Amino acid sequence: MCLAQGKKVSHAMNEKTLSQLKQGDTATIMVLHGGGGFQRRLRSVGLQVGKIVRVVAKHHFAGPVVVEVERRQITIGRGMAHKIVVEQEP
Amino acid sequence: MKTIVLIGDPNVGKSVLFSRLTGVDVIASNYPGTTVDYTKGRMNLHGEPVIILDAPGTYSLEATNKAEEVAVSLLDQADVIVNVVDATSLERCLLLTVELLEKRKPVIVALNMWDEAQHLGIHIDVRELENILQVPIVPTVAISAQGIKELVQRLDEARISERPRLAGEDQVWMEVGHIVRKVQTVAHRHHTIRDRLVDATVKSGTGWLAAMGVLFALFWLVRLVGEGLIKYGVEPVFDLYRVPVAALSGWLGPGLLHNILVGTLIDGQVDYVQSMGILTTGLFVPFGMVLPYIIAFYLALALLEDSGYLPRLATVTDNVFHKLGLHGHGIIPVLLGLGCNVPGVLSARTLETRKQRFIAATLVSVTVPCMAQSAMIFGVLGPHGARYILLVYGTLATVFILLGLVLNKTAHGECPELFLDIPPYRRPSLLAVTKKTWMRVRWFVTEAVPFLFLGILTVGVLNALGVINYLARPLAPFMQGWFGLPGTAVPALLAGFLRKDLAVGMLVPLALTPAQLTIAVTVMTLYFPCVATFAILLKELGVKDMLKAVAVMILTSLLVGGILRTFLIGWIR
Repeated sequence: MCLAQGKKVSHAMNEKTLSQLKQGDTATIMVLHGGGGFQRRLRSVGLQVGKIVRVVAKHHFAGPVVVEVERRQITIGRGMAHKIVVEQEP
Repeated sequence: MKTIVLIGDPNVGKSVLFSRLTGVDVIASNYPGTTVDYTKGRMNLHGEPVIILDAPGTYSLEATNKAEEVAVSLLDQADVIVNVVDATSLERCLLLTVELLEKRKPVIVALNMWDEAQHLGIHIDVRELENILQVPIVPTVAISAQGIKELVQRLDEARISERPRLAGEDQVWMEVGHIVRKVQTVAHRHHTIRDRLVDATVKSGTGWLAAMGVLFALFWLVRLVGEGLIKYGVEPVFDLYRVPVAALSGWLGPGLLHNILVGTLIDGQVDYVQSMGILTTGLFVPFGMVLPYIIAFYLALALLEDSGYLPRLATVTDNVFHKLGLHGHGIIPVLLGLGCNVPGVLSARTLETRKQRFIAATLVSVTVPCMAQSAMIFGVLGPHGARYILLVYGTLATVFILLGLVLNKTAHGECPELFLDIPPYRRPSLLAVTKKTWMRVRWFVTEAVPFLFLGILTVGVLNALGVINYLARPLAPFMQGWFGLPGTAVPALLAGFLRKDLAVGMLVPLALTPAQLTIAVTVMTLYFPCVATFAILLKELGVKDMLKAVAVMILTSLLVGGILRTFLIGWIR
């Protein structure tokens, strides 16, 4: 329990969800959360663990996020972006 | 007969390739999900006829929506699978390819958009990819027919890959990554000014500016082309046509046949809008007033669709549409509905939940005027000044928003988030745009014009029999009392069920004030769908939801008509 928490804290420095990134930020995808179908959808458009993503646009009022991966852009909802854990490049 | 199935990710150009192979024209656009059902065509393969099926796009054989299910089920019929792959995003397309190879059916891969990949500095070692996948691979550029000949020649070489089967999805993904690293090299390129401009159209602030600019340009183009076609194309023809019609009118003399063919003479002359004869109004309304705007609208729409802008517009407007119970993709039914409500309602299919489909179909059929009706509104209200036209469209837009807010609160169900693949911008091909416009215009001429004839005939006959007056009489006091319209407007509103363009035309002889005309055309848009839209609503929504939609329409039109009357005419005479 304690260990798990400690681990989280040590990563918290640069580990975020995709929804926490700002417009223009670049990061590497670390973990995909959510159901199997959802993960497959993400992967099928190139959002896979290990890929580098750039936040092209982030819309106000919890609106959609546009990310670029492998030279292609994809619009996803803020809730979906919340389920993608990334490590931001320093 | 041998069956060949074209299958691939969404928006990789399957429909364009299909047209190239079969010569059958299908609607293709630069956004994912254009094809929601499959299309069947034939071609001659070395002197033998074969069937070709164009499947909707799917990212994987594990379908996530209706259209994808169609694609997967088509595979059972396939003797040969043509897997269309987008060379500019090889990695994501290869998932489907690897899954297809495991079906143990003969496969050939068309590596499409080859030119674009080269342009982007993506190099793919085709030989090596053939060796790895053990099936033939042909680079193609479907839009310019490059590589199509080779693809056809090599169709016989399609073979069952003997690669060992992979266990589970993770293995497939790893394998795909492995293959891509082996065959693909990408030249690094820096962000250019063009990239920045492209990105600006999908951001919040600049995206809205771009959206307004694009929509304004769209309307401007429609008006320019529509008015141009009328002034230089249609009007001169109909001026010449006056001579034979006048001759026919004189030759026929007064009587029933004259009334049906030529209609009533206004001041001893044929009046193309008011006469209501099949050979006068019946030809002039569809071809003289509506068709030019139909051509103009579909031309503008084709340019918009093929440019790749629509998914960006959907992203920018997503927040607004969420308030209405939809998401950004809801812009597609609205845009198509501005052409004709029928394809507008049909395209609601691409939305994920029943709630979304109900809201989209209802909003389109209630508040979105089709181009045929819009053309008549421009024609009838235009002479009184642009502010009346603005008032009509402003009212409809307001109702669209308010009704959406209400439906979102009252309709049960979920409203999922937007998930959209954004294609690159492409310069629309002149040939493709012309072809698509022509297909849709042809649809209008063959499907809508007969209805218009029927409408005019029905109105003529019912009028002659006195049925319309009989129906109009009990409704007249209500017309006068609530909408401030004369009882003579009732027949026009009744005719609106057949064709709304015809209905607007029927208002012309009534000598209404501009305020009354504004109220009448607004109510006409809102109160009930035309019979074609009604049928498609019934089919797409089912009886119960369709009745709900109709109830919404009637209530809305009463309310909005009353409000407009209050502001434009007032209640005291």
